[in-house]
Amino acid sequence: MSSDLTRKTADELAQSLASKEVSSVEVTQALVDRIGSVDGSIHAFLHVDAEGALATAADIDDRRAKGEQLSYLAGVPIAVKDVLATRGMPTTCGSKILDGWIPPYDATVTAKIRSAGLPILGKTNMDEFAMGSSTEHSAYGPTHNPWDTTRIPGGSGGGSAAAVAAFEAPLAIGTDTGGSIRQPGALTGTVGVKPTYGGVSRYGLVAMASSLDQAGPVTRTVLDAALLHELIAGHDPMDSTSIPDAVPAVVAAARRADVKGLRVGIVRELGGEGFQPGVEARFTEAVELLTSAGAEVVEVSIPSISYALGAYYLVMPSEASSNLAKFDAMRYGVRVPPAGVDDPSAEQVMASSRDAGFGDEVKRRIILGTYALSSGYYDAYYGSAQKVRTILARDFDAAFADVDVLVSPTSPTTAYPLGDKLDDPLAMYLGDIATIPANLVGIPGLSLPVGLADEDGLPVGLQFLAPQKADDRLYNAAAALEQLLEQKWGGTLLSRAPELEATR
Amino acid sequence: MSEPVTGISREDVVHLAGLARIDLSDAELDHLATELPAILEHVASVQEAAGADVPAMSHPVPVDNVFRDDVVRPSLSPEDALAAAPASDQQRFLVPKILGES
Repeated sequence: MSSDLTRKTADELAQSLASKEVSSVEVTQALVDRIGSVDGSIHAFLHVDAEGALATAADIDDRRAKGEQLSYLAGVPIAVKDVLATRGMPTTCGSKILDGWIPPYDATVTAKIRSAGLPILGKTNMDEFAMGSSTEHSAYGPTHNPWDTTRIPGGSGGGSAAAVAAFEAPLAIGTDTGGSIRQPGALTGTVGVKPTYGGVSRYGLVAMASSLDQAGPVTRTVLDAALLHELIAGHDPMDSTSIPDAVPAVVAAARRADVKGLRVGIVRELGGEGFQPGVEARFTEAVELLTSAGAEVVEVSIPSISYALGAYYLVMPSEASSNLAKFDAMRYGVRVPPAGVDDPSAEQVMASSRDAGFGDEVKRRIILGTYALSSGYYDAYYGSAQKVRTILARDFDAAFADVDVLVSPTSPTTAYPLGDKLDDPLAMYLGDIATIPANLVGIPGLSLPVGLADEDGLPVGLQFLAPQKADDRLYNAAAALEQLLEQKWGGTLLSRAPELEATR
Repeated sequence: MSEPVTGISREDVVHLAGLARIDLSDAELDHLATELPAILEHVASVQEAAGADVPAMSHPVPVDNVFRDDVVRPSLSPEDALAAAPASDQQRFLVPKILGES
């Protein structure tokens, strides 16, 4: 096999490991070296645990040599978004308020990864508490897009997407509250999946908005995403919203890759004004490929999408303001006493710690959420937003009565320059229009790279949506489109990304 | 109140910051007081979307109470629970004074 192990997919690595062509230590060392060489210009990682990853790798190699039956992905390294608790490894959520926090327990997703024997390379950068669409709201500095390091990688999971796009990891975990897995996937030319709400345990995922948050796979191929999805999904008694059903057969669906007779609906409202021409062009071509492969494509309408953004930016800050009340500087997190106050009270210490520990976007959302939940405004804002969720769910139900999957561009634009929307929060929020409906109604979504926009040469993503618990449909359709596109391109999209210069 | 206003004054922001226990600086208060009205104006559109007959949805999937058997199972040790505390004493979290007197 090629000497560059960092370019291999997780599935290829799993096969080479199983046949003992390579060892997990070799693979892990290659990725640690790659991180050391390029992460200075990408900043995908907030913490790299080379020692821990290599120890896990050596243990897996040892167990494999003894003939032990191992998980399919055993020995394939992974990066984990810094919002998931990792015992013994720092977890900051991109926030100063958790600077230096080392969780005393593992998130269920982390525990599943460890138990399957995947070396954890480190923790990836993110917008503070996953609040943002560009990774510029990290308290530890932004992540840079591997396609053009002067541009954003998307967010909030820009670190996970950039790590995978820059060949620093074949697999990563992301979390998606309003598009934080799918939009960075679109902007970095990688695959990102938000499973059905409740499909993957939220235990140990530091909550932003509990009724919207969902962890999922970040990878370079659809099959890799399915393999990781299967590994992290499933019922968890530690999460009261966890679905007690069997995990959809996502790996089988990714291997099937057949859209003949599949009914595909283009969401009429997710196009036109505000959508970049190069995004629309690649999207349209991709849909034509699906048609050529036998899919039945129609246009459908989700009229209430026009209210989705408003509902999202009420529900999310409301839940966030409540969830983030736990950062009180008493049990964990930084404690910053107020300056010039002799013998301050707990309340004063709390308020000064939260001012020092939270960044601008987090404060903005806490204040907005506090307002929306205030007595006198609750019915008009939070109450109305919850009704919009009902209307939106009815619209999606009606659409899925006629089609199997829905499609739209994942993001209205390609990656914009760092700093472009930092002073205009509303402009940044508007970029989430195509991804937030899935979170509000709990359906699964997948973003697949479908080419480069003509005007800037940057990646474009297409989003598939399916009904709740029908995550397998996403993998079947996306794997088929991925094959058609790669036949057309003569290779992967990421093989066309510029070479990154080694910084050390 | 039935007719919410989308306007939000600097005084409102001061009050909200107090409720949220964030000691915002004057500059931060000024900034939020100019920023929040535009955001609120945008999200206020939800009020025209739904009539009184539409039920509210709090979660995308039905949520029921989940119970487990009342048996002892492993949990954090006191050392683990206190490891990240800003201050602790005698296996307890040590906090600043709660009441006003000193």
